Amino acid sequence: MFEIFGIPSQALFGQLLIGLINGSFYALLSLGLAVIFGMLNIINFAHGAQYMMGAFAAYLLLQYFGLNYWEALVVVPILVGATGIAIERLFLQYVRKLDHLYGLILTFGLALIIEGVFRNFYGSSGEPYQIPAGLQGGHNLGFMFLPNYRAWVIVFSLAVCFAVWFTIERTRLGSYLRAATENPTLVRAFGINVPRMVMLTYGFGVGLAALAGVMAAPIYNVSPQMGSDIIIVVFAVVVIGGMGSIMGAILTGFALGIAEGLTKVFYPEASDTVIFVIMVLVLLVRPAGLFGRSA
Amino acid sequence: MQRDAGSPLPQVRLDAEWSLGAGFVIMAALLALAPFAVYPVFLMQALCFALFACAFNLLIGYVGLLSFGHALFFGWASYLCAYAAKGWGLSPELAILTGTATAALLGTVSGFIAIRRQGIYFAMITLALAQMMYFFALRAPFTGGEDGIQTVPVRRLFGLIDLSGEMSMYAFVLVVVLAAFLFIYRIINSPFGEVLKAIRENEQRAVSLGYKTERYKLVAFVLSATLSGLAGSLKALVFQFASLTDVHWTMSGQVVLMTLVGGLGTVFGPVVGAFLIVAMQNYFASFGQWVLVIQGAIFIVCVLVFRRGIVGELGSALGVKL
Repeated sequence: MFEIFGIPSQALFGQLLIGLINGSFYALLSLGLAVIFGMLNIINFAHGAQYMMGAFAAYLLLQYFGLNYWEALVVVPILVGATGIAIERLFLQYVRKLDHLYGLILTFGLALIIEGVFRNFYGSSGEPYQIPAGLQGGHNLGFMFLPNYRAWVIVFSLAVCFAVWFTIERTRLGSYLRAATENPTLVRAFGINVPRMVMLTYGFGVGLAALAGVMAAPIYNVSPQMGSDIIIVVFAVVVIGGMGSIMGAILTGFALGIAEGLTKVFYPEASDTVIFVIMVLVLLVRPAGLFGRSA
Repeated sequence: MQRDAGSPLPQVRLDAEWSLGAGFVIMAALLALAPFAVYPVFLMQALCFALFACAFNLLIGYVGLLSFGHALFFGWASYLCAYAAKGWGLSPELAILTGTATAALLGTVSGFIAIRRQGIYFAMITLALAQMMYFFALRAPFTGGEDGIQTVPVRRLFGLIDLSGEMSMYAFVLVVVLAAFLFIYRIINSPFGEVLKAIRENEQRAVSLGYKTERYKLVAFVLSATLSGLAGSLKALVFQFASLTDVHWTMSGQVVLMTLVGGLGTVFGPVVGAFLIVAMQNYFASFGQWVLVIQGAIFIVCVLVFRRGIVGELGSALGVKL
């Protein structure tokens, strides 16, 4: 063990690790928000609630069906993504053409419903979720102790982020998506079913939020308000990064997680608010956001 | 402001004046008689929220800016008003002034930051700023953390009028809210208000006509924040209590709901919406978390089939402006 700026390395790297973990979730969620906004022109206020649904789905599948973490990692995004598709068909397709504000208000209503239902059945206290058997314990790296599960979360979320970026920016499917974002009418004229693509995009974004929820379940307690706690921070992340760029959303998510972790080491009182303070500073210096095109 | 030639402007104006005037007289008469039939504390609560919703509507209904952080002004004004009355021993009018001035100051700072982005980003920025100030309220020593500021004393108004009775307090709240209502009406029907509506309809065009739209938006934001602060201060005195509930994001959602139900951009809509939602909350209080679900469902129904709100639909059915 050694010290850096008078802080024991254990504490410093420990908080950096927590920062990276939080950053992984910020990145995954803001990525989903950006993908949804690109296609649907809707800010998905229910994103936090859908992340919470992911965590609860993992918990419930384990309780009632005995599905373990690894199975949940595959099944939950599909299940919750399917509810997203239903939501798109039932509600969102009718508000896409309206002012942005209606999409935000409608998804806010959805978030209230989802959170209310879960609160009604599970109260506001959290339910624990065991770390999967293969990832318990950790390694002592000399300067810090690295729990295996946390290392897995960081590596896996980086991989997911990269896969999404690659799909959107480098594949044929991604080029359809980007084209439909720019000019849906023209893309439809080329024989591509844009409404179906919009529907699947929303399902995919929701599934991504649910995936983050499953990954978060063993770290935080599974609780009904875990979604509303994180969504407002993710909104600030999105304002800072700007939603124009996928890579921007990912980088901003991780960077702000780290900034939050460092604040916990050096000035813990400000750790709740540091991301909002950074948002204010960015707005004053670069109103369009770090990666945004000017509006 | 230029209008298209041949628009039936004078006719609309005339209709607007009689229906709005009649509406105001009916509303004031109903509210003056209401405490003899309905529990006055409920009425005062609804009146505070009605003012809050009208202030919020000034921004969304007439400038087209959706703030998702108005709890910031409502809640912080309520804290400062309660603290001024309890900690500094100020009389009600000075305590309200303290709360309202706080909201004006916060409105100026956060408005300056938030209007740098438009549309959807504006909503997210206001929400984030409000959340930041929520955490400050949670940590600041004077707010009393989870306990809030309780048993706020209500002294004599101007050192003369005793407000300790429910009826005298009701009369005071009613006078303040009606005065603020008329003030808001005056704003939206002034040349300044016409520019705000022009910005709502087409900001680029307003810019090209030479209006410094940023300044107009900022002034509208500050006015809206200040009046929300007035509502929050009144609420702190009525309930002799200021708490974290009033600065929480759910409160920002509440005011969106009230205004949406009543009718965005209508004069009386926010009042109707506030009374309905407050009544609903009191009525369904025993349902626990289902209230959240019901509110969410109302949001969805309003957005999908009922975007003009109750008063907006009524106005268009009767062919008058309300």
